[in-house]
Amino acid sequence: MNSKFLTLKTLGIFVVIVFTAFIFACNSTDNKVTTEDDLEVNPELMEDLNKAKQVFYSLPSPIETAMLIKRAGAKYNEEFLNKIENISKYSTNKSMALNLGVYSADLSFASMFDQPQASIKYLSTCKKLADDLGILNAIDKGIIDRMDKNVNNRDSLMEIISETLMNSNSFLKENDRPETAAIILVGAWVEGLYIATKIAKTSNSNKELVDRIVDQRLSLNTLLSLLEEYKDGNSKETVNELLSKLGEINSVFEKIQITTTKVETSVDNTTNVTTLNSKTKIAISPEVFDTLCVRVDNFRTEITN
Amino acid sequence: MKRIILLIVATAITFAFATESNAQCKNFAQKICKLELLPYIHDGIYNATTLAEGETAELFKTFYSGQEYRLAICGDDMLPRVEFEVLDGERNVLFSNKNNNYSKVWDFKLESSQQLIISIQVPTNDKMSDQLASGCVAVLVGFLNNENSFDQF
Repeated sequence: MNSKFLTLKTLGIFVVIVFTAFIFACNSTDNKVTTEDDLEVNPELMEDLNKAKQVFYSLPSPIETAMLIKRAGAKYNEEFLNKIENISKYSTNKSMALNLGVYSADLSFASMFDQPQASIKYLSTCKKLADDLGILNAIDKGIIDRMDKNVNNRDSLMEIISETLMNSNSFLKENDRPETAAIILVGAWVEGLYIATKIAKTSNSNKELVDRIVDQRLSLNTLLSLLEEYKDGNSKETVNELLSKLGEINSVFEKIQITTTKVETSVDNTTNVTTLNSKTKIAISPEVFDTLCVRVDNFRTEITN
Repeated sequence: MKRIILLIVATAITFAFATESNAQCKNFAQKICKLELLPYIHDGIYNATTLAEGETAELFKTFYSGQEYRLAICGDDMLPRVEFEVLDGERNVLFSNKNNNYSKVWDFKLESSQQLIISIQVPTNDKMSDQLASGCVAVLVGFLNNENSFDQF
């Protein structure tokens, strides 16, 4: 009797759990339809719905940053990348996430500059950190094999890197770890800025590169706005620390004088591409630029050491 | 022992159901919306969410001078046609897909780098209905792998 009761009780628990799962899935499934019993549609409700607004901040992509650096006339220098051997230093979630971002930027940089061996090494390093962070299937064996086969085709490499980034940030966002996705992109952003400043400091006058570095103030604003959303969340200590460090860099950017004219659009009727025309004037003193480089260098050293 | 096994199985089923819808949105972005970007290279950043009729969303993103971009905004088939506008920092409208046959994509380049706002709205269905549809909306950004395109300005 008792065992029968237990079996029934177990079955009851099972039914409740499955039913809960079913309800959960129905509530969150795409194409959800709310029935009349759940919701009466009336003008007030429609007005409320129309007011509902979700706000997202899309962070700069490491691939795009690498392309910007290359197009600004930079030359490849492996010395500026984070050494592969440093991976053994990263054991906390914070250091793994930040340095997954750093290595993703290095991978993008190496691939953009047609460095096949470095690209493969950095991809394997990214895989190790992604695995350790529990990001499932971000970089699987199939991706590494594709990388091996397409190592001399830059477009294919970009496509593969784009896929790995998408896999990892979609996995994290959809598994309630969006702050980890943000921390990874902070690492990538800092590495991109670090490489750009290093190249700018060690090469002859390069206005394009300096302009691209100054442009990063815009992405920094996006980064700060995004991190603000997580400052009371699961990783609040890390997020607040990053906010403080990025704030120090932002205070230097604020010393740069920038004027931008109103945007006017024009459309090329042949290609159907719209151009957003506006002029930006940037005035940055050598002292401010040096301070920016030092702060970025210090922050990057903290992340990678 | 049986009870423990049963509970493990039940928990696994719970997890599977709960992640199913998320996977659908991710698959929608990866398998369907990403195709709209071709031949542009996806920047690798995943922006997708579930929106219902009448809901709006805004995405803030920095776009860089000299780069050629394609913006792709796709809504689930069950949703009415998704409307989107691209605004500058002062919220002036630079592009509206309502004026462009509800196009899912917009190709553009910039003379100077800007933070733009992509404002998305899922309109309410015209038909009088007591049902509100909701579904995945993905916003993906692609760029062309052009070198030396700063020269164009």
